[in-house]
Amino acid sequence: MTRSTISILSTKQDHQIAKLTALAIGLHMVEAIFPSPLPGVKPGVANIITLYVLIQYGFGPAAWVSILRVFASSLLLGHFLSPTFVLSLSGAITSLGILWIALHLPRQYFSVISLSIFAAFAHIAGQLLVVRLWLIPHTGITYLIPIFATAAILFGLLNGLITAKLLKKRAA
Amino acid sequence: MNNQLSIKSGDWLIIAISVLCIAWSFKTLWHQSPASQLQIRQADKIVGVYDLNQTRELHLHGPLGLTHISIQQGKVRFKQSPCNRQYCVHQGWLSKAGQIAICLPNQISIQLIGAQQAYDSLNY
Repeated sequence: MTRSTISILSTKQDHQIAKLTALAIGLHMVEAIFPSPLPGVKPGVANIITLYVLIQYGFGPAAWVSILRVFASSLLLGHFLSPTFVLSLSGAITSLGILWIALHLPRQYFSVISLSIFAAFAHIAGQLLVVRLWLIPHTGITYLIPIFATAAILFGLLNGLITAKLLKKRAA
Repeated sequence: MNNQLSIKSGDWLIIAISVLCIAWSFKTLWHQSPASQLQIRQADKIVGVYDLNQTRELHLHGPLGLTHISIQQGKVRFKQSPCNRQYCVHQGWLSKAGQIAICLPNQISIQLIGAQQAYDSLNY
């Protein structure tokens, strides 16, 4: 076998991001197996990785992991460029935006649990906005807001608690 | 192993505010109060507001002909319409505030009004 003449310079951080993204993709795949009672209501366990990276490595790597995960998962599931993919991406982008703002909250009062809840709400907000503007341009979807919001707080809290536990284990 | 939850005071605040917001959203977005009045529009004009607590038959002249609207003690429906598809008639009885039935071909719409004006989804 001839040795490849192309070499890509990669930093240690690139490898770290790749590993964590792989983990997030794995979680996304596992979650995709389970059927959902209502389209759109998902635990979003892959966000645990995003939050973990956010606290451990900062906003940049977290954004990479989140966006890479969305692209790679959609390719694996065959959703790439479909409405599902657009919803996934819009959710990821809005939640990253909110996380970027929420990072400025004082750390001694607000833990990763707050960040997780904010991210979950931002996720559904971004997705509902796309649904309203593009997929179902009808105000009738406002009836779904309470259901999605309830799911967001439950799963946001749960993911936040898991992330807090992981971070604690790491610190110990 | 340390089993204590790592929820901080700010987190509790966020949780409390979120729960309140959700409760509020259920209350405002899912509430349906009975209607008290009926508003009828023809083309772009409001042609009349009627009390719902009565039994009354209304006949309106549109571009296609005569539309028959019937009010019956708290509910209202398009009883007869000269239009092709009869969507307005198939909408059936309306009784909740904010409900709307529209007959586009004959340019007549009816809207139910509660004690206070509900969220207007048509003009939004």
